[in-house]
Amino acid sequence: MEFLSIFTFALLFATIRSATPLIFAALGGLFSERSGVINIALEGLMLSGAFTAAVVTYQTGNPYFGMFAGIIAGGILAFIYAVACIKFEADQVVAGMAINFLMIGLPALISVGLYDSAGSTPQIDKLDKLPNYFNSVSLASIFAFAMVPIVWYVIYKTPFGLRLRAAGENPEAADSAGVNVIRLRYIGVVISGLLAAAGGAYLSIGQSSLFTKSMTAGRGFIALAALILAKWRPVQVMIACLFFGFTEAITVEIQSAPWAKINGEPVPIQFIEMIPYVLTIIVLAGFIGLSRAPKALGIPYRKES
Amino acid sequence: MKIFREILWPVLAVIAAFFVGGIIILVLGDNPLTAYGLLLSSSFGSLRDVAWMLHYATPLIFTGLAVAVAFRCGLLNIGAEGQLYVAAFATAWVGIKFGGTAVNIFGKEENWSWFSLPWYVLVPLCMLAAMVAGGIWGAIPGILKAKFGSHEVINTIMLNFIAIALVGYLTQYHYKVPGDAIQQTAHIGEAAYIPRLNEFLPFITHDVPLNLAFLLALIMCGIVYVFLWKTKWGYELRAVGENPSAAEYGGISPKKQIIIAMTISGMLAGMVAIGEVLGTRHNFESGFSADWGFLGIAVALLGRNHPLGVLIAALFFGVLLRGEIFVDAFTSKVSKDLGWVLQAIIILFVACFQIYSKGPRTRGKV
Repeated sequence: MEFLSIFTFALLFATIRSATPLIFAALGGLFSERSGVINIALEGLMLSGAFTAAVVTYQTGNPYFGMFAGIIAGGILAFIYAVACIKFEADQVVAGMAINFLMIGLPALISVGLYDSAGSTPQIDKLDKLPNYFNSVSLASIFAFAMVPIVWYVIYKTPFGLRLRAAGENPEAADSAGVNVIRLRYIGVVISGLLAAAGGAYLSIGQSSLFTKSMTAGRGFIALAALILAKWRPVQVMIACLFFGFTEAITVEIQSAPWAKINGEPVPIQFIEMIPYVLTIIVLAGFIGLSRAPKALGIPYRKES
Repeated sequence: MKIFREILWPVLAVIAAFFVGGIIILVLGDNPLTAYGLLLSSSFGSLRDVAWMLHYATPLIFTGLAVAVAFRCGLLNIGAEGQLYVAAFATAWVGIKFGGTAVNIFGKEENWSWFSLPWYVLVPLCMLAAMVAGGIWGAIPGILKAKFGSHEVINTIMLNFIAIALVGYLTQYHYKVPGDAIQQTAHIGEAAYIPRLNEFLPFITHDVPLNLAFLLALIMCGIVYVFLWKTKWGYELRAVGENPSAAEYGGISPKKQIIIAMTISGMLAGMVAIGEVLGTRHNFESGFSADWGFLGIAVALLGRNHPLGVLIAALFFGVLLRGEIFVDAFTSKVSKDLGWVLQAIIILFVACFQIYSKGPRTRGKV
């Protein structure tokens, strides 16, 4: 039972930290996908938030400015994605990947222009990072978890939420009931950009203290897997993100655990790093059969005239 | 007229990308015309430059074909990167284990092999290893989609991370020459080398690693064309891509076609290893790929998922890959990352232009 020793408060806090960006991104994806637009661009949207937040925080010394700027950047990028998907009826998966690729290259280019370094932005002073409370819980984490009931309320208890869901389930019927499907989808996608970017900003100015190229390391896709697993429902999204956050947190613990040895040698780092990715595949395969996506998800809507 | 329309949109996408790219270069404080001039002169300045450009285009022809075949079945294979990593390691492994003694990086003769095979057995065996390993890695997301319905985009991304970690482990712990600071395997035996074209063509200098894999890539364009448009299997694969429910009504199993398409896609991506391991570097190195798997997506889309289009688009991106080194070196601020931006803009524009022309779309809800 030696391995039980890793289940400590430290692991709980690590889980919360790892789950934070996932919750932001997955809740963002929820708005977009509930309105009927696939959001494979979450990874790129997170990166836009992470990069902008790191730059603005470094320049101003104020993490709140940084967070705000990061969120706005995510909203703008999401709007571009929305135009491609909604106005031009682009293949949403393809357009989403284009956004992801853009955000691999663009931050590096700008970073060279600003700081002569493509790999990362300069280190932010420790005091300028987002503050932590209760022994290492970031302000952003508190906001992430607070977003869960808010999103739940907006989606299920407001007229906006009802219309958003209608746009994703049955846009024709929603349209004939007077709902502006196109506008709702724009709003859904832009909100997803704002939230995903907040998750990214947490990575660069909360968890870490600088932006590094592709620092999200697949979290946007894991958030999407969490969203599918949660059947596009906010509270379940939080639980799924905690699960995936746990798989990431545990990799750190295993690396330092005294029992994690093969023939007296530490387990190769590569196998530990694989854990979240392998689990994502397994969990997705195991649970996707029970999942039911919004009916009109991924199908462009063209108003009958 | 139809051909004109097929060509018009990709050309517009390229122009748009260069326009936006030019603005970015300008904002960074460099001259876009200088940068773009460097791109052209570095690929077309001399016959040697052309040969270099073709060398850079070779892996992109394979990954472009890989993505195109999957796309014809309505699948977006973002896993070509992982597939070519696994394939490259497998190819190097066969070359090490059956290639006899090889000179290691410290200049010493070493024997890592179980026994040595003659080249006419070893080279085909290495090629087979590339295709089988890539095919298996491609088949996994295909099977996952067919059996469980989980989307290939998430699974291929996850498998990319897993592939790179897995071969990284094997290299670091089992196949590295002791004392080597670089994450690379021992060298393959000389019997596994494939000839470089400078052995036959005097105008290509010895520093250009352009090799037989380029000709193989051209042949594969032809084979993929025949497969997709002249065989029953290709017809069935495309039918699923165009309309899965109609295909199923017509007696074609979409699930089977998804697995077949992803397997073929993985095999094609894996064939990158033939040129890179057997022709160019003669071992496997972590980080050897210049994101060819991802560039394959832009190549396939720009080439309208047609083998001839893929070839042309791969040459275009070959110019970018060849030129970005020069642009990086000879401009003050523009770095290699401009390639990602141009690629992203091209993909985005091609995707947006689809509204004006027909073509396969991806299927499934993520």
